[in-house]
Amino acid sequence: MSEADIEKSRQERLEIDRAALKPVGMFIGTSLIWLLLGSFLAIGASIKLHNPEFLSEANWLTFGRVRPAHLNTVAYGWLSTAGIGIGLWILSRLCRVPITDYTSLTLAAVFWNVGNAVGTWGILRGDGTSIEWLEYPPYAAPLLLISFAFVMMSAVSLVRRRPPGHIYVSQWYILAAFFWFPLMYLTCQALFFWNPIQAPAQGAVNWWYAHNTLGLWFTPIGLGAIYYLIPKVIGRPIHSYYLSMIGFWSLAFFYAWAGMHHLIGGPYPAWLISASVVASVMMFVPVITVAINQHTTMKGSFSALRWSPTLRFIVFGGVSYTLASIQGSLMAIRSLNYLTHFTHYTIAHAHLGAYSFASMVFFGAIYYMMPRLLEREWPSAWLIRGHFWCCSIGFIIYFVSLTWGGWLQGIEMNTKETPFLEIVKLTIPFLKSRSWAGSLMTLGHIFFAINFAWMLVKKRNASTTATLLGKQRSL
Amino acid sequence: MNRFKYIVAGFLFTLFTSFVGLVLLPILTVGNQTPLIDPETGEQIPPSLTALELRGKGVYMSNGCMYCHSQQVRPERVGTDIARGWGKRRTIAADYMNEGRTLLGTMRTGPDLATIGIRMPAESWHLLHLYNPQTTSKGSNMPPFPFLFDKRKIGEQKSPEALPLSGEYAPEDGYEIIPTDEVKALVAYLQSLKLGHYDVKGAQRAVIESKAEIRKK
Repeated sequence: MSEADIEKSRQERLEIDRAALKPVGMFIGTSLIWLLLGSFLAIGASIKLHNPEFLSEANWLTFGRVRPAHLNTVAYGWLSTAGIGIGLWILSRLCRVPITDYTSLTLAAVFWNVGNAVGTWGILRGDGTSIEWLEYPPYAAPLLLISFAFVMMSAVSLVRRRPPGHIYVSQWYILAAFFWFPLMYLTCQALFFWNPIQAPAQGAVNWWYAHNTLGLWFTPIGLGAIYYLIPKVIGRPIHSYYLSMIGFWSLAFFYAWAGMHHLIGGPYPAWLISASVVASVMMFVPVITVAINQHTTMKGSFSALRWSPTLRFIVFGGVSYTLASIQGSLMAIRSLNYLTHFTHYTIAHAHLGAYSFASMVFFGAIYYMMPRLLEREWPSAWLIRGHFWCCSIGFIIYFVSLTWGGWLQGIEMNTKETPFLEIVKLTIPFLKSRSWAGSLMTLGHIFFAINFAWMLVKKRNASTTATLLGKQRSL
Repeated sequence: MNRFKYIVAGFLFTLFTSFVGLVLLPILTVGNQTPLIDPETGEQIPPSLTALELRGKGVYMSNGCMYCHSQQVRPERVGTDIARGWGKRRTIAADYMNEGRTLLGTMRTGPDLATIGIRMPAESWHLLHLYNPQTTSKGSNMPPFPFLFDKRKIGEQKSPEALPLSGEYAPEDGYEIIPTDEVKALVAYLQSLKLGHYDVKGAQRAVIESKAEIRKK
């Protein structure tokens, strides 16, 4: 590329980022509020499990409301809101056209946040639906659906306006996610609330949706971000285009079929469960192709982890994706599932996917995006470092506690001589250690939020050098 | 844009296949149950909830009981559900047909409740346990539900409904704990839980046989 070309594409990126600032920034900014709220709800729910008297006087703070409030605020408030922002921005960058529908996206951000607020309020006042991952009362759903319709229109408009040329794998992942999620959500609202299906089928529909929220919504946005950002940071293209295609299509096909492993042993015909067990095991295909592709892309550039905040979070997330998926495939195998089902082991696994993979990748993406959108640097490298270490160490303690505790819980549950109360007592120390771990993760989120808020009030271009965690060396 | 059309069609197709397999087929098979009649008593099985039990189910749902209690009994070779006396047989789809909303659950921080109505039939036990689980199950990590009870000054004489509390769980002198209508409904719902208790398979067979007879004639 000539000097002029480089300057031209720099100018193009600048325009895209300036156009994205307001619509995308609204989603990212509000997602952080939900992250904090979701974290505090999590600590509350966690403490209640080993200290049941804690905040038990008021009905709106009882465990059975705080826990779903936590899940929904982090799933729809934090991950989805950030995911929409990150997804739109990457699409706009890769389609090389600026976001133009400022009004409809503003409405979308308002509706999305109001929908989440109404939903969370509904759960806490006792209107939760008791359908896992769909606890928001039916009156919150239309707000979310209208909002997502605007987001989808915006995504499609970016794709339609793009100049002809190569389609990058991140575009596939993100556009697919923007179609999959609203379709699944709409389907479930219709089948559970608008025209309810018979009870015996509800579990299947529930887990088709709930598993796909991770698999076909958070995962493709997360993978799309990883595929976009690793090459951006290290300055080298992804290792193999074809591997990324295999990864995409095998994910699209197998992940969508995997949900029924949540019902192993349940009141469903064997063929239904078996279909999902097979699909879950087949998930090895996309996971291993993605892992090979990312590892070979990163090879030789691992030293960049020392200075790049984005890369640190993204690589942590990418490795977690591989681990979470392999663990998930194994947990779907019946003999192991008989032990881990109904225990805290599953909770640890869910956080390996939704937190250690999706959330960490989204943190990394936000570290990359915000300086470009706001045209100013992160104010504090110390806070970034604090964020990373609190969340990563906190999460490792979290995961080890619940995996270990859940494993013992599973063994004892499968020992018919062990009285149930003994099993409860056995898990208490692990649940306590989880509360500490969760508090550490929350501290990390507070560092992140402070840095973010500080960045917003900082003067534009107060500093011209990027905020890095160490000395940048050429690769 | 042209190539994108095919890609979009492709990922809509993958989602659609799973929709057919995991949503549509279950709705058309297990979600399409014929009402069953007990051949001996001539009554519908499993019975539908009464208005009071239905209200109680609402309390169960709004307070998120299902996040710690499942309602499913797994087959003999899976886990120890049957060995622990949580049910006589595994629960099957037909057991849930009159449920309205199924609350299968995925977590057992507490024990399964599919047959709690058989295992714990006494209202008095449930009321004490819900007021404060420590009174009946020391060491439990289930939360107390004081908001489902009224604490009031004892009038001329103690109410017959007052919970028999003593020691550290009793209210201060001169006060008594009275169950609200909400918690009574919840207990009625718990007492009604007898999943897998009815001979749905026998009733299903009867339906098939009677259909075959009609066809013969």
